[in-house]
Amino acid sequence: MQYLPNILFAILLIIGIGFFAKNVRKLVRNIKLGKAVDRTDNSSLRLKNMINIALGQSKMVRRPIAGILHIIVYVGFIIINIEVIEIIIDGLFGTHRVLSFLGGFYGVLIGTFEILALLVLISVIIFWIRRMVIRIPRFWNKEMKGFPKNDALYILYFEIILMTLFLTMNAADTAFQQANSGNVISQFIAPLFSGIHPETLHVIERTTWWLHIAGILIFLNYLYYSKHLHILLAFPNTYYANLNPLGEFDNLQSVTDEVKMMLDPNVDPFAAPDETESNDDSMPEKFGAEDVFDLNWVQLLNAYTCTECGRCTSVCPANITGKELSPRAIMMKTRDRLEEVGKNIDTNGEFKLDDKNLFTTISDEEIWACTSCNACVEECPVNIDPLSIIMDMRRFQVMEKSAAPQELNVMMTNIENNAAPWQYNQLDRLNWKDEN
Amino acid sequence: MNVPTMAELTAQGIQPEVLFWVGCAGSFDDRAKKITKAFVKILNKAEVNFAVLGTEEGCTGDPAKRAGNEFLFQMQAMTNIEVMNAYEIKKVVTACPHCFNTIKNEYPQLGGKYEVMHHTQFLKSLLDEGKITIEGGSYKGKRITFHDPCYLGRANGVYEAPRELIQKLEVELVEMKRCKSNGLCCGAGGAQMFKEPEKGTKDINVERTEEALEIKPDIIATGCPFCNTMMTDGIKSKEKENDIEVLDIVELIANAQDL
Repeated sequence: MQYLPNILFAILLIIGIGFFAKNVRKLVRNIKLGKAVDRTDNSSLRLKNMINIALGQSKMVRRPIAGILHIIVYVGFIIINIEVIEIIIDGLFGTHRVLSFLGGFYGVLIGTFEILALLVLISVIIFWIRRMVIRIPRFWNKEMKGFPKNDALYILYFEIILMTLFLTMNAADTAFQQANSGNVISQFIAPLFSGIHPETLHVIERTTWWLHIAGILIFLNYLYYSKHLHILLAFPNTYYANLNPLGEFDNLQSVTDEVKMMLDPNVDPFAAPDETESNDDSMPEKFGAEDVFDLNWVQLLNAYTCTECGRCTSVCPANITGKELSPRAIMMKTRDRLEEVGKNIDTNGEFKLDDKNLFTTISDEEIWACTSCNACVEECPVNIDPLSIIMDMRRFQVMEKSAAPQELNVMMTNIENNAAPWQYNQLDRLNWKDEN
Repeated sequence: MNVPTMAELTAQGIQPEVLFWVGCAGSFDDRAKKITKAFVKILNKAEVNFAVLGTEEGCTGDPAKRAGNEFLFQMQAMTNIEVMNAYEIKKVVTACPHCFNTIKNEYPQLGGKYEVMHHTQFLKSLLDEGKITIEGGSYKGKRITFHDPCYLGRANGVYEAPRELIQKLEVELVEMKRCKSNGLCCGAGGAQMFKEPEKGTKDINVERTEEALEIKPDIIATGCPFCNTMMTDGIKSKEKENDIEVLDIVELIANAQDL
């Protein structure tokens, strides 16, 4: 029976990590539903971007208060998790503070963790105040109702609980307090336990220890269901992000092929269709994006990476002036649809048509309100590109459905007829020269 | 005003140094035509060997592409590229950031590879080479703010050339709260120029104009014909047209020298 805690711990660990691994596989499968796009070029610049933007948080500090608080939580989170190594060893082998043989260095280590834990605690409370008391507008947009709003709060509460458990655990550890090395913060909590029976204190210490590791495993598994995946996906997302100038939109190769053929005087307009092509059962390529399958995998990765901070929406000229469009909502709706498709595949083994697509939740009003100004792309702390999704959806509306707003149809007809968006004769293009 | 066309110069066996891509707004829009002429006056004064395509020029396809019509865009692009390649164009300058962005970034993959400059970059290079001088003239001491065009700024990272030119006018350059990479769009990009905005609480150009008014400029400088229209409309809606002028940078430079 003496190994019961160790066995329980091993089971908890296996379930926790196993379940997470299963969800990661699902995540990868869903992202791979997207179309291919080559982002293997220029690996040194990509690496540099990842190090600067994801690891170094360079774009976070464009807004200094949120940026610095976020860096504290981020650094704290990563460094305090070193402690998890010790917890895992202790849990599996029944040891207690196995790394304490490091002596003075152990004290420095735990002391650092404690200071960071306190800083994280303070930062998270400030985050909560920003959301719930100051009510910063970007946290209260239309799309931030229900789960998205609560999701953000759950994570804050989670961090508060984890940090409190960590500090309490240290405070209730009599031997650790007696050693008086590294208990920088917990020494101030320890007096709260004075007078408590040592047995009870030990139970408190054990309970907080178990809750702490269980909490970490629950948090790990909550990631997949929350907006919080960015703590992992920010890295691939910044690595695979678009490196071209923001103003450069991709030229559709399928269109290039057709246009070249149309403009080529040597093409026989009555030629029989290509044999190889007619034998191909696959659907002809769709123009633009109707559903998540028509987006590329980086766009889908973007959707999972979005942490709904709303910086994009807060700089969007359309959103600022009260239009329906919110770049964050575009990302959230794309992700929700992708999740829906993923669940469909889980249930049916393969995707079964469900009469839904991106347009089920993303309205025409949203996609046509965009000025393609790239403010959202520039602002995103992890280089998400909502604009590319909007453009792909416009392409679908125009090239597959001929459903552009009427005024834009007029503009396009003018370009077709007289090579200008307005109804002026191309032969009058140089008239300005002689006008006064 | 001397405005040679590629066709004329080619007939004379002359290869101009740079093609001035006028663009649709610059060719047809009454307000933008003034910008075009101001630029030509400076090109003439600096004795730049340039030409325009004239009636052989057609829309770059930018508004069609941003409206989702990739077919129409590529038709326009390939037609234009064919014309430019036939004239062996190496260098293009344009006063429209949309044309600039499209020719610079989206034409190369379709076979149109040129060195492309926005007119503010080109003017800056003329200044650096000593081919033009910039003086303040009647603008000396005025408060001027620059509205960054999205397709010049964020889209292509050009923030300094326009500002350096403005500063040469011996004026006080004041920045709006949202400027450079944080600049707020005028509301015309992404084919919005050609349609009514979606339902909202305010027009984007009014929002931007209000921001400009906060810093009390004498002049709002622009580098894009569409921004110019949007800001001019914004100023009119605020009934400030008698107090504040909206001018392209090249107009400022040309006017200051009474060209």
